[in-house]
Amino acid sequence: MTLEVTLAHRQGDFDLDVQFQTPPGVTVFFGPSGSGKTTLVNAIAGLLRPQRGRVVADGWVLVDTGAKHFLPPHRRRLGYVFQEGRLFPHLSVRQNLAYGRWFNPGQSPGEFDRVVELLGIGHLLARRPGALSGGEKQRVAIGRALLAAPKLILADEPLAALDEARKEEILPYFERLRDEVAVPIVYVSHSSFEVARLATTVVALRHGRVVALGPPEQVLGDVAAVGPRGAASVLSVRVVAHHADGLSELTCGAGTLWLPRVPEPPGTTLRVRIAAQEVILSRARPQGLSALNILVGTVEDIQKGRGPGALVALRIGRDRLLARVTGRSIRAMGLEPGQTCHAIVKSVAVAPEDVGTTTSPAHAG
Amino acid sequence: MWEAAANWLGPAEWQAVRLSLRVSFWATVASLPLGIFVAYALARWSFPGKQLLNGLVHLPLILPPVVTGYLLLIAFGRRGFIGQYLEAWFGIVLSFRWTGAAVAAAVMAFPLMVRAIRLAIEAVDPKLEAAAGTLGAPPAWVFVTVTLPLILPGIVAGAILAFAKAIGEFGATITFVSNIPGQTQTMPSAIYAFLQVPGGGEAAGRLVIVAIVIAMAALFLSEFIARRVAKRVAGG
Repeated sequence: MTLEVTLAHRQGDFDLDVQFQTPPGVTVFFGPSGSGKTTLVNAIAGLLRPQRGRVVADGWVLVDTGAKHFLPPHRRRLGYVFQEGRLFPHLSVRQNLAYGRWFNPGQSPGEFDRVVELLGIGHLLARRPGALSGGEKQRVAIGRALLAAPKLILADEPLAALDEARKEEILPYFERLRDEVAVPIVYVSHSSFEVARLATTVVALRHGRVVALGPPEQVLGDVAAVGPRGAASVLSVRVVAHHADGLSELTCGAGTLWLPRVPEPPGTTLRVRIAAQEVILSRARPQGLSALNILVGTVEDIQKGRGPGALVALRIGRDRLLARVTGRSIRAMGLEPGQTCHAIVKSVAVAPEDVGTTTSPAHAG
Repeated sequence: MWEAAANWLGPAEWQAVRLSLRVSFWATVASLPLGIFVAYALARWSFPGKQLLNGLVHLPLILPPVVTGYLLLIAFGRRGFIGQYLEAWFGIVLSFRWTGAAVAAAVMAFPLMVRAIRLAIEAVDPKLEAAAGTLGAPPAWVFVTVTLPLILPGIVAGAILAFAKAIGEFGATITFVSNIPGQTQTMPSAIYAFLQVPGGGEAAGRLVIVAIVIAMAALFLSEFIARRVAKRVAGG
């Protein structure tokens, strides 16, 4: 499914003006608060009537102000997962899950059980939303959206209201949705680790404008989209082995990465997000260093920032690794494109939430 | 014992009690759908004349009841500008009938009913209704499956408040439909009539006790129902 969006909407001081087209898979609207992500997703849902614009999902025109066409939300076949869950407090979990089926009949009877099992919420069916934890509520909200037999799943920062542990509980379900359910997903987030783990395509927004669009490896490394502090690389790696000292051995295109133990079994392909500011560069091969991960690559390009910092991109096999260093260091090292350089990554600098599953094993070495 | 209680009130007093209950019951039940509709419109919609509607609804609360009764007489009397057509087209006569008393009670109780329901509607998160819409529910179904269950405590409270107000209605009723025993003489009118004649104080006193009992019972019932409904609605 492709998503075509052309929208112009002004609300008070805020001015949204975007035009883009994204390929099938998970499209993540990425940006800081106030960048227009939620306005955009609400316009796709029909909860907001845009002043001008056209939204087409997979050839299906949802709104076209030029043709005076506006499909109300209840006729858009959506599954919308809201930030706050928005479960119906007067209905049981089972009734909440079944709510969408009243209006979208014709689903196979096994679908309910399949979704309940996928989300692990079988033991909650008789309860009321008031008796659920934040993570449980969000799982039920995902199930409710799925059981509406949607043609398009929308998720507006579904993890934002949860603590770190609960986020780790829910993210894998979205990864499974992406990998197992053939419904396109639009996912709103301000978190680059969610982008790294979930996105097929990232639409980076700032002040109501699209500042970058592309696969996460590309957008997360784009200073214009994420700012110098947010810049990160996304590497595709394969789990080789788990070791007794609590580390996992992973292989990427051009070397070995040692990370704190990941839960996935050997052979699994993962995406790993490495923040540019956690990477140290060295011309000579470093000796006697505590950091375990030393990758060798060639300098591809150097982006100078407005401040003292700069972003160095290394080509390491098929991957691009970004390092945020100072302009002074670059001058001192005499760093130039084409040179060989060593990148040093502390194992503990990669947090568990930076590691996620992927659907593109062909990409890993 | 039941017989003793029945004999405690004289036939004229019983008549007033029964009439009051009938008038108040129908006043409440018949105006409830309109009350919910008006409360919803005031809480959720913006339309020209909204403030005017709000003022009209609240007018009986602030006007002297006699004025409201007189206005009803002008409008719904047999020669009133609405009443004459009601009689000519539908054969409905309100003035000096118990139905007229019910109309007067409904009009007087309407502001209280609308206020209670409106507060309940305003407490419902519109985001829940939007969520129901995204799941495929058309607006009417959103109202029936989400809004209505969530405002049920407010509807119950509003209805019982209106019922209690209707039981006590006096000024507009006596102005609009007069004080005819068996026809339009509700409890307050009967109490008034008893107090006008020498030796009527005892009968009036008995009706006062009945009025207090009915008011308290309505209050307890509303608390009980509202608490049960609220518990069911809030989950837990």
